[in-house]
Amino acid sequence: MPIDILMPALSPTMTEGKLAKWLKQPGDEVKSGDVIAEIETDKATMEVEAVDEGKLSEILVPEGTEGVAVNTVIARLAGDGAAAAPAPAPAPVAAAPAPVAAPKAHVPATPQEPVEKDWGPTKPMTVREALREGMSLEMRADKDVFLMGEEVAQYQGAYKISQGMLDEFGPKRVIDTPITEHGFTGLAVGAAMNGLKPIVEFMTFNFAMQAIDHIINSAAKTLYMSGGQMGAQIVFRGPNGAAARVGAQHSQCYASWYAHCPGLKVVAPWSAADAKGLMRAAIRDPNPVIFLENEILYGHTFECPTSDDFILPIGKAKIERAGTDVTIIAFSIMVDTALKAAEALAEQGISAEVINLRTIRPLDIETIAASVKKTSRVVSVEEGWPFAGIGSEIIATVVENCFDWLDAPPVRVAGVDVPMPYAANLEKLALPQPNWVVEAVKKLF
Amino acid sequence: MAASPERSRKPRKNAESMDRDELLAAYGNMLLIRRFEEKAGQLYGMGLIAGFCHLYIGQEAVVVGMQHCIGEGDEVITSYRDHGHMLACGMDPKGVMAELTGRIGGYSKGKGGSMHMFSKEKGFFGGHGIVGAQVSLGTGLGFSNWYRENDRVSLTYFGEGAANQGQVYESFNLANLLKLPVVFVIENNHYAMGTSVERASASRDLSLNGVPWGMPSLSVDGMDVLAVKEAGAEAVAHCRAGKGPFLLEMKTYRYRGHSMSDPAKYRTREEVQRMRAEHDCLDAAKAKLLTLGITEAELKKLDDDVKVRVQEAADFSQTSPEPNPSELYTDVLVEG
Ligand SMILES: Cc1ncc(C[n+]2csc(CCOP(=O)(O)OP(=O)(O)O)c2C)c(N)n1
Ligand SMILES: [Mg+2]
Repeated sequence: MPIDILMPALSPTMTEGKLAKWLKQPGDEVKSGDVIAEIETDKATMEVEAVDEGKLSEILVPEGTEGVAVNTVIARLAGDGAAAAPAPAPAPVAAAPAPVAAPKAHVPATPQEPVEKDWGPTKPMTVREALREGMSLEMRADKDVFLMGEEVAQYQGAYKISQGMLDEFGPKRVIDTPITEHGFTGLAVGAAMNGLKPIVEFMTFNFAMQAIDHIINSAAKTLYMSGGQMGAQIVFRGPNGAAARVGAQHSQCYASWYAHCPGLKVVAPWSAADAKGLMRAAIRDPNPVIFLENEILYGHTFECPTSDDFILPIGKAKIERAGTDVTIIAFSIMVDTALKAAEALAEQGISAEVINLRTIRPLDIETIAASVKKTSRVVSVEEGWPFAGIGSEIIATVVENCFDWLDAPPVRVAGVDVPMPYAANLEKLALPQPNWVVEAVKKLF
Repeated sequence: MAASPERSRKPRKNAESMDRDELLAAYGNMLLIRRFEEKAGQLYGMGLIAGFCHLYIGQEAVVVGMQHCIGEGDEVITSYRDHGHMLACGMDPKGVMAELTGRIGGYSKGKGGSMHMFSKEKGFFGGHGIVGAQVSLGTGLGFSNWYRENDRVSLTYFGEGAANQGQVYESFNLANLLKLPVVFVIENNHYAMGTSVERASASRDLSLNGVPWGMPSLSVDGMDVLAVKEAGAEAVAHCRAGKGPFLLEMKTYRYRGHSMSDPAKYRTREEVQRMRAEHDCLDAAKAKLLTLGITEAELKKLDDDVKVRVQEAADFSQTSPEPNPSELYTDVLVEG
């Protein structure tokens, strides 16, 4: 009986990939464990190992083919019958991982999008490339800047943010560490106290919990405790929040944890321009900056200024979509959710203004207040938990500053108040969806 | 640094730590893990399992040999690379596979996933996603045994990468200070993701990492289930006798990538093939069983039985329904 070889999913967020190379040809004997092909995703090149044994009878997807969807039949084995386990029956329910929206250039939602400073020509760029470019530009300009973390150098970054940087900057400036978050964070803060400008990559912010003592007690408080004599010019960066199906210990938003602490700045980019512009600002800022990235956004493409001078100010929000009836405030990947909700609301005759916070601390109260005074209604959207979340802070700020302008009580949309479940259906129920925002907005009218 | 003999010994070759029947049982357990993991890899490729999924293929002798040293009431705790440990503890392959697919029939009702499963009944305390965390937790399991003055032992497994975490050494200190019954098992599979042990540990002999705290240790061929059993038995006896913790460094190897996505650029294909060809725990146990008079036919029958069990688990993992949406809100706090 012939056995189908399917395009495998090889990472939590993979939905398609390029079939880069066949290492076996029709007629070749294949043993379980043999590498039969190489596939490429935006993150990495990976080897496909055979699970079944037999003779490769045909290749259905030629090498070089891009965009091959997971589960496509890519080749067939003439199985020897007995040894081959039957392919399991298809799942009774749709259990495939929630597909991540295909990377697409973001199209401005409305023509009247307010203009920022014009930085000249742009080009499409992924958030991943933008982060790398932001770091590389600063490292070229300032030899005190260096990058350290787990797998940042030889492996080219666990999420390929630092790809190629070891080659360019060498092992003294792109440094692989053992899995010792508390230790290497302390080391980096010490180096910063002595004038270097470290960029510390956490493989994800979940692991920064092991280092949070140094981030807060050593980095955030030193300037104050030393009466301004010494501080730490340092960036702590890495993916924050939920990826896809990685469970409770790997899916958490830390925005509100860090935003609570004086002595820290907290930045959360959404687009490629945010990523590049804010990365440069974070590295140049004389304070410790927590730089919260998002794994799902890494592969998303946006137009990004190409100017070598391009930089964005920390502490300034951006109106991504102008509107008159309600203000929706979001950061990081929730800006996508907010924009989708605004689109749906427009179809129902409600004009929503969407604010991309970009920086969480210091919060851009000016932009928020100006918008709410115009729309008189406000909804905050975040992936993290509701209790003492960023939404709580936004709403307190709005009430303090715009009480007389409000036509309805402010509303928070947040992740459900439970640890992140693994099951596909439950995970989806736990994270804010555009329709949650639409429903929240409609209650205000 | 040379290992001084009384501090770190290499066990003898050709340990006779199991008789024929026990070795046959151990072989069956290793085979179950191997086939289970192969099937899990397949289901992942089909999109039925998602997220992180760390396979144990290659390392089976470690957990199976150690499990043969402990009994009911003893505790086991490990990292995210946990499927083998659960099967060795006697947890049901169906419940494990259904957790991998995120179904209600899984050990955590679909809410934990590959890295987070537990069984109070079988003494399995997880499945932990933060590298090194289980070492302090496992020390706490040992503490609870010491506190209750029973003779139970905690087996605390961690990778050679985790062995660099600071909390590991805080745990070693506490464990020997209080004489806690903890067997610390370093599963040195040579790599932490893409970082080889040489690139991450200044220590060249991890079995000596307990020396500053006066902890006895052994360095063990973790690809040989008989050697594992022999060393494990000594370590467990030491703990049960109230003499405190024991450190075992198991030299082992993982054949598959770190998780499912692994660019595999940090080691050569030849290195993997050589380990598979020359050091496979199943091959070695099989050869030994044949010399003990077990026939090829008996081994084939065992293999077929294992395949049936694994297929049943795979089927169950696809027919068990997804958790009810109301499960999203359960188990957050103990009610009442
Ligand atoms: C504190 C922490 N840092 C980083 C990670 C990401 N990570 C997961 S597994 C791993 C490698 C661990 O290697 P090792 O301890 O040797 O165990 P193995 O995977 O080889 O079994 C890393 C860096 C994590 N889960 N937790
Ligand atoms: Mg390892």
